[in-house]
Amino acid sequence: MKLLYFAWVRERIGLAEEEIDPPAGVATVGELVAWLTQRGEGYAYAFENPKIIRAAIDRNHVRADASIAAASEIAFFPPMTGG
Amino acid sequence: MRRVMTTTIRLQREAFDVGAEAALLTRGRTDIGAVVTFTGLCRADESGEPIAALKLEHYPDMAEAEIARHVEEARARWPLLGVTVIHRYGRIEPGEVIVLVVTASSHRDAAFAAASFLMDYLKTRAPFWKQVEKASGKIWVDAKATDDAAAERWSASPPRREAAK
Repeated sequence: MKLLYFAWVRERIGLAEEEIDPPAGVATVGELVAWLTQRGEGYAYAFENPKIIRAAIDRNHVRADASIAAASEIAFFPPMTGG
Repeated sequence: MRRVMTTTIRLQREAFDVGAEAALLTRGRTDIGAVVTFTGLCRADESGEPIAALKLEHYPDMAEAEIARHVEEARARWPLLGVTVIHRYGRIEPGEVIVLVVTASSHRDAAFAAASFLMDYLKTRAPFWKQVEKASGKIWVDAKATDDAAAERWSASPPRREAAK
């Protein structure tokens, strides 16, 4: 699946997007965040406060308990500040 | 009478003419009795410090889809005859327009409420992020709890379906 990162999440990780293949035990958005956190310093910094990180699956807002089974694009970003 | 609803949603880098966009919504129509326009502008300060400019990052496909979903919800709640939402991205300097919301209806109550509803959701649900350029460096703007509270108040009143088209 494709992951997208925006704003300071993107800056901290150092990537705008990447393709990943998480292990079978990673079933939800929250579990994916936990798995990503272990991938390196940048990830750990980006997700240091996972409660404030927002996620979207295929361009729809989702919560941490959402299943990633059918996802093709998952985005992580800070709380939005548009308008 | 059949109600014609015109929807325009645009995300763009370029500046635009707010008056022309509002006029476009009512051109050639005699059923619209009320138009509310909200224009969001870039201020020259952020948290008491002067800024040189804003940079708006966005998630293009989702931003458009999310705005469209909220326009649909506004239509379900109020008898609207037209909605225009234009949101800029990229570098924006103080005094320039960031966002425009125009709502049209037969009467003012629906137009005012729908404009307010759409802005509250744009602030908290549309995937845009502001970064300010200050003398001290580039800083991402923090989300405001007051914006969340403003969006929350609409959850208390469930969508009202239109009786007839």
